[in-house]
Amino acid sequence: MKTIRLQYFAILREKRGQSEESRQTTATCPAELYGELKAAFHFPLTTEQLRVAVNGEFSAMDTPLNEGDEVVYIPPVAGG
Amino acid sequence: MTQESFLLAGKAFDPRDPASSMKNPAAGGFSSFEGWVRNHNEGRDVISLEYEAYPDLANREGNRIIDEAFKKFDIIDTRCVHRTGHLQVGEIAVWVGVTAKHRQDAFRSCRYIIDEVKARVPIWKKEHYADGHSGWVRCEHCEAHVHRH
Repeated sequence: MKTIRLQYFAILREKRGQSEESRQTTATCPAELYGELKAAFHFPLTTEQLRVAVNGEFSAMDTPLNEGDEVVYIPPVAGG
Repeated sequence: MTQESFLLAGKAFDPRDPASSMKNPAAGGFSSFEGWVRNHNEGRDVISLEYEAYPDLANREGNRIIDEAFKKFDIIDTRCVHRTGHLQVGEIAVWVGVTAKHRQDAFRSCRYIIDEVKARVPIWKKEHYADGHSGWVRCEHCEAHVHRH
């Protein structure tokens, strides 16, 4: 088990009903963790539709997760 | 310099402010782009927009785009300001300004920056429609796509 800090933005924040949380997980990578979250909170997007940032930087969905990492899933962006 | 070149603004701003900070006697041209809140999108009447950013990464990625523009084009200075929060129709959502010795690099760089910002910077847009509905642009379609399968 490790503790991961999550921040949620936009559609994921609304679906989760909060903007951040700490979560205990056995997930080894962001893709696996997203599977847990999607099942728990009925997130609408798939990992193919998302990017992920680990500790403030874009990362691969299979990046190994470590204790205390901060993870942000990034829905399709729409600035401008 | 580039650390300050991309900014998120939580309130309306006057584009003359970033533009006036770029005055330079070596500049032969200044090109700018303003993105405005439009009253319609994909056939629906839009009454207002909300922009939400992941600030740490938005600033980092925005400044990375500006660093790229400096490498790709012969420019003197550039600024990009993107709004967050609730905006009404007609407000400035994003502003890009570029100074260069010559116009071509100013034009091309301005276009490069706005195109890359729209494609890469973690900022999301929620549209509020005249019919009372609202939706996250590019995300609600994803959701519909998921539901269909």
